Amino acid sequence: MTTLVTEIRTDAVGVAPTGDPRLSVHNLHVGFTRGGAFHEVVKDVSFDLHAGQCIAIVGESGSGKSVTARSIVGLTGRNATVESATISLDGEDLTTVGEKRWREIRGRRIGFILQDALVSLDPLRPVGKEIEEALKLHGWGDRSSRKRKVIELLDSVGVPHPELRARQRPDELSGGLRQRALIASALALDPEIIIADEPTTALDVTVQAQVLSLLDDTKSRGVSIILISHDLSVVAHLADHILVMKGGVVVESGPAQQVLTRPEHEYTKSLIGAVPSEHTRGRRLGPELDIVATAHPTRFAEEFADYTGPVLEARNLVKRFRSPDGSVSTAVNDVSFELQPGTTLGIVGESGSGKSTTARIALALTGADEGSVTLLGREWSSIRESQRRPLRKRISVVYQDPLSSFDPRWNTERILLDAVTDEEPSTLAEKKARVRELLAQVGLTDAVLPRFPLQLSGGQRQRVAIARALAPSPSVIVLDEAVSALDVSIQAQILDLLVELQKQIGLSYLFISHDLGVISHISDTVLVMKDGAVVERGTADDVFNRPQHPYTQQLVGSLPTLDQEIP
Amino acid sequence: MTLQQKVPVTPPAARSRKNVVAPWGLGAALAALLFFVAALVAPQVLATHDPYALDLANALQAPSLAHWFGTDESGRDLYSRVVWGTRDSLLIGIGATAVSLTIALILGAIAALAGKYVAGTVNRVIEVLFAFPTLLLALLLVTVIGPSAFSQVFAVGVGTSPGYARMIRGQILSAKNSGYVEAATALGHSRGRILRHHVIPNAIRPLVAVIALSVGQSIVWASSLAFLGLGVAPPSPEWGALLDAGRLYITQAPWLTVIPGLVIVTLAIAATTIGKHIQASLEKGEK
Repeated sequence: MTTLVTEIRTDAVGVAPTGDPRLSVHNLHVGFTRGGAFHEVVKDVSFDLHAGQCIAIVGESGSGKSVTARSIVGLTGRNATVESATISLDGEDLTTVGEKRWREIRGRRIGFILQDALVSLDPLRPVGKEIEEALKLHGWGDRSSRKRKVIELLDSVGVPHPELRARQRPDELSGGLRQRALIASALALDPEIIIADEPTTALDVTVQAQVLSLLDDTKSRGVSIILISHDLSVVAHLADHILVMKGGVVVESGPAQQVLTRPEHEYTKSLIGAVPSEHTRGRRLGPELDIVATAHPTRFAEEFADYTGPVLEARNLVKRFRSPDGSVSTAVNDVSFELQPGTTLGIVGESGSGKSTTARIALALTGADEGSVTLLGREWSSIRESQRRPLRKRISVVYQDPLSSFDPRWNTERILLDAVTDEEPSTLAEKKARVRELLAQVGLTDAVLPRFPLQLSGGQRQRVAIARALAPSPSVIVLDEAVSALDVSIQAQILDLLVELQKQIGLSYLFISHDLGVISHISDTVLVMKDGAVVERGTADDVFNRPQHPYTQQLVGSLPTLDQEIP
Repeated sequence: MTLQQKVPVTPPAARSRKNVVAPWGLGAALAALLFFVAALVAPQVLATHDPYALDLANALQAPSLAHWFGTDESGRDLYSRVVWGTRDSLLIGIGATAVSLTIALILGAIAALAGKYVAGTVNRVIEVLFAFPTLLLALLLVTVIGPSAFSQVFAVGVGTSPGYARMIRGQILSAKNSGYVEAATALGHSRGRILRHHVIPNAIRPLVAVIALSVGQSIVWASSLAFLGLGVAPPSPEWGALLDAGRLYITQAPWLTVIPGLVIVTLAIAATTIGKHIQASLEKGEK
């Protein structure tokens, strides 16, 4: 159990910041003018940042956390109105400085690390040149000393073979290396302050751990950090002080340990409670759900009523991909699993582990090169699509990005009507009644029916996607990163919904995710995949508490978590 | 660590400002289009003179109140000729667009949906045709079938089709590989149903904007052919033919070429503007 619980920093509490703050933000207000109306998105935010301190701003999308960070470096954009009593850097008032002075401050005094390294780095330039550019712009050293500095920097952020990597373009580097190159360019001029906006969100958990420890090293060298994140467990690693934002307002602020262990505001409590983990399995993450779900009787449901074996069974699946240069890579290598009725099988792995390809083979959307899949005891992967089509009603899918899985021309009603099975001659009125029933099952009201996917919130979209998956009354739902793109409180609602539906209808889930917390929360049995192969399998309890394979141990060890046991 | 939650020193007042740009360009384009449509339907209402009536005494008159666009070498009123020529020009433009998009739809759909070999062959054909400049291809066809209004429509239609075929192929492919098509496959819908409900409508929708753009362009191409004497022949008041007829008098009576030229440009700009607005409003619905 202890391996799961990363201790929350306790040293920070004793260190009372002394002297004048390095950065002082008082009564910051930021608003945008959009479509003629003024919206205030940051309301009265104040904090002081001292040397060697890390302040974390935590909140969900739309909370104003990123806008706050951008305002500090004067990057809010043209139609923004920033009003603040003070933003001062070592006593210099930043609210009045001009663009020229800003350029001196950015990079040299305040470094900025953005979430998406692929977008932030110039795709046509070697990363070494990109970092060198920052040095050159600020008149640092001569050509050869800059070159040496770049290698040093890349080395210091843990990039292996820095001489080679400096000559490569961003697309030749992995996500983790790119993010480290970006951190290196932010560190290039030894800024006193680093603002990191979701620096690890796009990264795999093991890489995330490396990046976090890199930021921790930087902090111990006296650099102050403003860390923006939606993820409380990431913040727990690094922060001395936490600001929790919601709707542009700081709802709670205090020393990290206090906020994480004795939250006072209801919102902070719900955020902490919503984080799924091994400890929350079998528990609701949010408030009680008010749904009644019933399986719709279908011809197929009766046909399979007596079947008691595994609903989905894969035997020795192998899938190879040939790349354009002719080399063959094995995406899925000898993967077998059984999904028992009414249970959840979690497949966890990092990007490129083959988990999504496995899901696609399970759905028979991709053929396997070897091995076979049976659905409800029948041949599934080896038969022709025309024979498979009627059986497809028994297995559904929910994707990570529901938006792309909906036809943009259709509103919610049309999307769901299209999914409602028409195996029996049913009238439009009957189908519409069934659509309403489905909406109620996923906790939505009829008000969403005329809306187009774009007009729905992220959580509503995912509920519509689940309603669509439920429409044919399937036995199995494949959930491919189905909650990965959602805010933690919305994720909690969706997870609770899935658990409740499973209880009421007896669904079986094949749950694919990179997120160990989510997998450990929802799964009964777990497969851990790495490089296309299953490295460990077992009950969730065994895999997460007694991991056998070194990779699983590393994954579990890398997982930043909150201690859920603290009341 | 100090953290205050003070009352804001300067409370930002709630502002509202209208910064919606008036789409005057669209208004002008619609007004121009309205005029051309009126000229197409009822030229006799808009025209001030008989477009074919000779009046040699008043030949080559500069634009004036009596003759808004001036008169040609036979004293015919140019404004009335432009108005009467709208029907030919627009019908040629619309006809060419219809021919072009029909060919493009057939070729594009085959290139996107057929089996590997058929699709590959059609794709190569589209690419080879695409490599020819539009006008060259059109000239080639007119030379083969002989100049007439029909050959103008056909030649411009064929000449502009490879570009649209490529576009349609791309649209169909992106719809075919989209998440919603995969979702429909996973729901167990048949291939025909997916094509009908998702692939075809989503591939065709962007064409609405293209049609408007294409009518304008086709008129320009058709006028080019007529100017070269490879379309409707004078004394027809088709705009390209007007350009061609005015060419001989360009030094004495420049309005004979300039004004029909401006009319063609106006229609092309109006059609393009409307097409772009349609495109923008369609895209807005998707984002």
